[in-house]
Amino acid sequence: MNADELEQIAAAQVEEREQYEYQVNVCMGTGCLSQHSDRVKAAVEKAAEGCGKRCHVRRTGCMGLCAAGPMVLVEPNETRYGHVHEADAKEIVASLGVAPVARLDPDLGGYFEGQHHVVLENSGHIDPEKIEEYVARGGYEALVRALTDMNPASVIEQISKSGLRGRGGGGYPTGLKWDTVAKVKGAQKYVICNGDEGDPGAFMDRSVLESDPQRVIEGMAIAAYAIGASKGYIYVRAEYPLAVQRLTVALQQARRRGFLGNGICETTFGFDIDIRLGAGAFVCGEETALIASIEGKRGTPRPRPPYPAVSGLWGAPTLINNVETFANVAPIIRHGGEWFSSMGTARSKGTKVFALTGKIQRTGLVEVPMGMTLRQIIFGIGGGVPDGRKFKAVQTGGPSGGCLPEEHLDLSISYDALISAGSMMGSGGMIVMDDASCMVSVARFFMEFCMTESCGKCIPCRAGTVQMYNLLTKICNGEATHRDLDQLTELCDVVGATSLCGLGQTAPNPVLSTLRYFKHEYLAHIDEKRCPAGVCPCSPAAVDAPRGEVLA
Amino acid sequence: MPLYAERPPLPSEDKRWRIVNGTMRKHGYSRNALIETLHTVQSSFGFLDEPSIRFVAQSLRVPLSQAYGVVTFYHFFSLKPPGKHTCTVCLGTACYIKGSDKLVAETEKLLHIRAGQTTPDGEVSFATARCVGACGRAPVVLLDGELSGQMEAAQLAQQLERWTRQ
Repeated sequence: MNADELEQIAAAQVEEREQYEYQVNVCMGTGCLSQHSDRVKAAVEKAAEGCGKRCHVRRTGCMGLCAAGPMVLVEPNETRYGHVHEADAKEIVASLGVAPVARLDPDLGGYFEGQHHVVLENSGHIDPEKIEEYVARGGYEALVRALTDMNPASVIEQISKSGLRGRGGGGYPTGLKWDTVAKVKGAQKYVICNGDEGDPGAFMDRSVLESDPQRVIEGMAIAAYAIGASKGYIYVRAEYPLAVQRLTVALQQARRRGFLGNGICETTFGFDIDIRLGAGAFVCGEETALIASIEGKRGTPRPRPPYPAVSGLWGAPTLINNVETFANVAPIIRHGGEWFSSMGTARSKGTKVFALTGKIQRTGLVEVPMGMTLRQIIFGIGGGVPDGRKFKAVQTGGPSGGCLPEEHLDLSISYDALISAGSMMGSGGMIVMDDASCMVSVARFFMEFCMTESCGKCIPCRAGTVQMYNLLTKICNGEATHRDLDQLTELCDVVGATSLCGLGQTAPNPVLSTLRYFKHEYLAHIDEKRCPAGVCPCSPAAVDAPRGEVLA
Repeated sequence: MPLYAERPPLPSEDKRWRIVNGTMRKHGYSRNALIETLHTVQSSFGFLDEPSIRFVAQSLRVPLSQAYGVVTFYHFFSLKPPGKHTCTVCLGTACYIKGSDKLVAETEKLLHIRAGQTTPDGEVSFATARCVGACGRAPVVLLDGELSGQMEAAQLAQQLERWTRQ
């Protein structure tokens, strides 16, 4: 494989595409598939047969707006349809070249305004199981360029220059990490892609793997070249069967086309990737626990240092990055580090993908430049809180993050701003809550999560999360005193300061942030034995409330 | 003499053991293939029982204690056979905010079992999931592995009744 051959693949694909006047893309991500978008695709294909129009029906990955699924995108006019049913297929085909079907307008509002797609540039536009379509959109250009025109040091230089920081939540500078692993001496090095997206309420990585798996593979191959690794692993949750299947196909195709294997691009560089399935342990998102899991052991973390960069998988120097981090690599090499660093804020560059869910009008996947405010994302893109309810809080960072109230809506998104507000970027879950949510009960929900997901290795986390959970339950039940609240605050300090890994260290965050911004709700439960939102059992309203109302 | 000098014979004539063996062979019977192999056993047989854990541990020369430790550590592995049907309610944050706790209560009330249990007649298993990543469609329930979004308690009850009535 060289640049010319790459161009040939792309040209052949473009030619094939140009045979068709219209492209009808049907979203077949997990969300839309659960609404039988596969049947929609079959129906459109059937309707397109013999209709006289040159029309290509394509399976694609996620188009973002999961709330309006199944989604269909018609090119060249970029007409989007929502809630498409099999019965609508004929009408869609008939409308090609005429006016769009107004009835199926998904009411996008400002959903795509202000979004900037880098990681998601191909999502919804290519068939994830056809490598040629990825190549036709500039795919593998970066790998070929890196291997033929750049040395490993200059690849790392571009990544450093881009200011890319780890998208898994920690925000460690990616260039620095690569540089560290590259400098460690070792005959065998490994690249690991962390796709153990255990953070509840987040599905960015699943979506990227389902929609554009080649992008992650390319990013990993470039990383392997930069640090001198020959073997890579993608660790994916077993709960994501579709992502695993698409990734398996993508790896086969990449091998067949010579982007993986020995002597890639007629160089001496060889690299291959294996998939490893997670088995349902949140703690395996922690890098040392993930390594233990790949080694076939219980996923318990170990103290650092030594960091995986020095001693990781089977004791060898190992680079671990998140799915989204790797997905950013190819565009950086293609357009240069400066291009990437021109987006975002002073210390948080580029874009970030968020999974916008909860009590919000337009749920789905959004990619915005860093520095956008929470208000722009929630009210501009997401369309605000539905059913005439009032916005109460937005939760970011999953069980390690926090809940931010209305007065922080104008906070612009960056790693540092979120941490100073008491939350964190996390992997990108953004869950909106309205006034029907009780913040104490939300804190209890996350504590229950941390309690059951604690691996049990260190005592502060194993025992502390249980104690905190019991105290929160007591508060929810209206049985707590002020002493319990003091004890809870103290435990937050102890567990946060003395736990072994990130799970325990950040487990108190949901409690701390709700105590900081919603202390009055805790006090109402304690002093008045009342749940202001009418959720907790201490409130008589919760018993009387009709089921549907709370569900809304 | 080493503890397991030779690889044990297949536990039975059941063809599924050959699939399990295939996974181990693919990984060169390496010890680190333990989790991958257990995945194959579970997807072939539906759960992991003592003979299967023993077989895998011996084949890969992993101490039985370690194999059992791995099986019990990861939530995905189950030591009990699943029911004929499975109902899994997602308890991710987005689902929780949208009332998945009501779906859990409804299921418990209807089936008279708690999460992680199977009805005495072996018809329906009820489980909860941490997050299935379909948060855009919350609250989400997996019925026999198939994802259904924006689930309401009444709708779920209907499905469960259909299963239990059979």
